[in-house]
Amino acid sequence: MADNRPDRRPKFRLPLEWLGILPFVTFAVLFLILPTMKIVVGAFQTPEGGFTLQNLIDLNTDSIRSAYWTSIKLSLITALLGCAVGFAMAAAVVFGGLPKRVRGPLLTFSGVASNFAGVPLAFAFIATLGPAGLVTLWLKTEFGINLRAYGFNLLSFWGLVVTYLFFQIPLMILIIIPALDGLKREWREAAEVLGATGAQYWRMVAFPILFPSLLGTFALLFANAFGAVATAFALTGPQLNIVPIKLFAQIRGDVLGNPNLGYALAFGMIVITGMANVVYIVLRTRSERWLK
Amino acid sequence: MTRLFAWGALIFGCLFFLLPLVGMTEFSLKMRRGVYSFDAYVRVFEDPTFWATFSYSLTLAAATIVFGVFLVVPTAYWVRLKLPQARPVIEFITLLPLVIPAIVIVFGYIRLYNTSSFLPLTGSAIGTDILLTMGYATLALPYMYRAVDTGLRTIDVATLTEAAQSLGAGWFTILARIILPNVLVAVLSGAFLTLAIVIGEFTMAALLNRPAFGPFMQLLGANRAYEPPALAVIAFAITWACMGLIQLVTRFSKHERAKA
Repeated sequence: MADNRPDRRPKFRLPLEWLGILPFVTFAVLFLILPTMKIVVGAFQTPEGGFTLQNLIDLNTDSIRSAYWTSIKLSLITALLGCAVGFAMAAAVVFGGLPKRVRGPLLTFSGVASNFAGVPLAFAFIATLGPAGLVTLWLKTEFGINLRAYGFNLLSFWGLVVTYLFFQIPLMILIIIPALDGLKREWREAAEVLGATGAQYWRMVAFPILFPSLLGTFALLFANAFGAVATAFALTGPQLNIVPIKLFAQIRGDVLGNPNLGYALAFGMIVITGMANVVYIVLRTRSERWLK
Repeated sequence: MTRLFAWGALIFGCLFFLLPLVGMTEFSLKMRRGVYSFDAYVRVFEDPTFWATFSYSLTLAAATIVFGVFLVVPTAYWVRLKLPQARPVIEFITLLPLVIPAIVIVFGYIRLYNTSSFLPLTGSAIGTDILLTMGYATLALPYMYRAVDTGLRTIDVATLTEAAQSLGAGWFTILARIILPNVLVAVLSGAFLTLAIVIGEFTMAALLNRPAFGPFMQLLGANRAYEPPALAVIAFAITWACMGLIQLVTRFSKHERAKA
């Protein structure tokens, strides 16, 4: 019975079964795949529609190059700091011997904070570290420290780094806590029985197992920062030279003076976030082998 | 030693996260010189544009959620039941919005659905609203799909379907009265997360030129001093409420299951 089923069914049922996902496929094609293809194809087209590489070559101006470089630097630094601080906090909660009550609230708060991005986040930081912000004034009146005199300006690269960390760190905590939970007690015990010190256990057992998760999350945080527009725009307005803001200005008013250069700019963004996410997905499947 | 380090990391983190929240709250109360007052909030709530943009975003969020549920639940169900071989492809598609930045997607929309295209959605206000809703559904897709798919994993889809079919139920009845109630918690989690994402979204709404809450906040931030932090407090409260509701429905369902 069971054996002759597979060769009978496909003849008249298979096409109908694929119909079930037709609405989803239609949606994905219309509102995800076609728009993206439009950008990708446009990046290789002249305004008249012929094939060209000129748009990509034209990206190589001082202003666009420095925009990409600032964006990449911003994403790298916030991803790195986000990973480091998030890991420290997650490890503190999982292994640090902190009371169990801390964990639930930390996870909930991370869920909230990782979604509290965009315009309101910029307002919160302006009210705190801006020229008239709470911390700025407090440091000035209580300690006579003028942040501005030390070269700190919220509406600059480092100000953006600090602000982005507000959603990068919680994202890291949310992703890495399950990975830390997956480290089995037996591995630690086995290492100890064999005479390993705590540092050796971390360096030779835990870290190699966690490494794919760490690097994968790093890639995700990188892409997350690279594509963010609203926070930076609300914080600094259109003047900060990073790729998403440049693209924003280009879409609004063709500031580059060539519509197809906008496609190339967006295409560059897809390439960079795409590479970061490929790293994430590959490493994630690899880490799931261990953490089950 | 470890514990000291652990407390250090935690306290540093708490300071970093609490200071901006304290900062925005304090600043929002400082509108009247010398004393704390709710003047900034009164000013915000008296602004008709606040209510107009807020209800606009709320409406779009509702539309996004309804559309998302209608799109994702049947698809995830069908893939689990009949098309397990399509699973990797569908999952890949649902992850794409995390790969392609929102600004790039909306750029594609503007160029693809302009007035001279095969589907001139940006030509009219209602068309643009539909386009924006689709954009939001795209942004929410990774979260919605994963939530529903995880929910479906906990129930025996095939057995439930066969049982319903043998009692004479059609596809609609199965989906609406068997599958949906069983994954309701997952659907609600996805819905609240969608609400949290959509309500303050800036990029898509601004570039499609729609009067949504995100662009309103940005505009106010560029022109006023005390209202923006008040708005930030309100937005934070909304995000917090959404996450709280997710926890609440999840906990509620656990109790239900424990009783059963």
